[in-house]
Amino acid sequence: MSEKYIARSSAIAARVLGSEMMVMSAIDSTFFTLNEVATIIWQSADGRTPLSQIVEDAVCRDFEVEPAAALQDAEQFVGELAQHGILVVSDHPCPCPNPMEAV
Amino acid sequence: MSLVQEMNERAFELGVPLGVHLDVTYRCNERCAHCYLDHDDHGEMTTTEIKRILDQLAEAGTFFLTLSGGEVLMRRDFFDILEYARRLLFNVRIKTNGVMIRESEARRIRELGVEQVQISIYSRRPEIHDAITKLPGSLQKSVRAIRFLKSHGLKVAIANVLMTANLGEHTGVHALARELGVTYTLDPTITPKIDGDESILRMRIPAKELNAVFHTADLVGSVEEFCAPPPPAGDDIMEGYPCSAGHTACYITPYGDVFPCVQFPLPSGNLRRQSFLDIWRNSHQLKEVRSIRAKDLPVCSTCRHVGTCTRCPGLAYMEGNMRGPSTADCEKSFERTGIVTANMLRRGLGTPSSPLVQIQTLAG
Repeated sequence: MSEKYIARSSAIAARVLGSEMMVMSAIDSTFFTLNEVATIIWQSADGRTPLSQIVEDAVCRDFEVEPAAALQDAEQFVGELAQHGILVVSDHPCPCPNPMEAV
Repeated sequence: MSLVQEMNERAFELGVPLGVHLDVTYRCNERCAHCYLDHDDHGEMTTTEIKRILDQLAEAGTFFLTLSGGEVLMRRDFFDILEYARRLLFNVRIKTNGVMIRESEARRIRELGVEQVQISIYSRRPEIHDAITKLPGSLQKSVRAIRFLKSHGLKVAIANVLMTANLGEHTGVHALARELGVTYTLDPTITPKIDGDESILRMRIPAKELNAVFHTADLVGSVEEFCAPPPPAGDDIMEGYPCSAGHTACYITPYGDVFPCVQFPLPSGNLRRQSFLDIWRNSHQLKEVRSIRAKDLPVCSTCRHVGTCTRCPGLAYMEGNMRGPSTADCEKSFERTGIVTANMLRRGLGTPSSPLVQIQTLAG
């Protein structure tokens, strides 16, 4: 199975509120709140680090979860956010992964 | 409850300034007859000062950022400010007259991921619109801007302030909004100037016209629901707060002054002397605003409309008492429902033809 690389879209707004992350798509105004695990994945979406490594390093390190199960959940979550243009998913490292650089 | 409403409640509990309205300038290329601002530059903040404030707002948890004026594009550094705001991942809305937006500006706004652009239109007839803005050709330019913005896929809203100078024009503006495929909002509120000058209040539309607007299904949806008598107010209403001003929202002037809201010019601190969080957390003025609950309003707490009135504490403040009634909203509640407000009764303004519910109000 090929690696997935995820990057945050430039067309989003985001802010931490309490323990959750609010994310809104400027494309279709879809509004999401991300829980703690999802926030960690979203914050690690630099376009350069493989999703499997993000899960292993950032999720499994802090939460008691099996890597395979965590990766499956992460892929589902990533797919959902990608559908709304909030994350960009690629089979290769993204040359312009950071929304701070993209705008 | 929607997710956004849930977040608003969470921000309320946490004391987070979720939405901030920042006027980057009061300078403007139009001179609208009803405008509440003075358009001279009294020393507006520099690019660096504004960026520093944006950093502070991001740190404080602000998510929704409205950039307005004056006319935002009168600042040559506007796109620099906008780009910086988007780098900080604010959800940005822009209020503009659109006169200076051409294809390249529209494209840049789109590239920067702006959530929505609001443009003021007063009439679809140039002789009316341009007479209000006092800028010949302004309607044509504003509509052109809407088309450019729409062509780039941006969400656009037309804001239609209703006043004596454009009575009856809202029907045409509403139709124009439909033709252009943009959202339409109608606002019949003329506020005093930010310095307290009330001379422009004479431009408020007559009660009869307000009544007609509130009873137009095309504008309010179900007239029966919109104009329904208010239900009795329970403890949740009486223990509740009037609005988000000072709780989850505030306003910043081009000079760094912080107010609870753009319509609530209560000086609460200045960002050239204090940090935003210092003002937000420690300002005595903001603390006072936050302390007021519906039950603390001496007149309004006795009013039958207390749970449904659009009472603006800022307009009440400009009338002399932030705990008092806002006369313009009393009028709206009356024209919407036909039920006299406690403030009107107090001032002896109950109409002879008032319905029986007025007697119920007196008894209650």
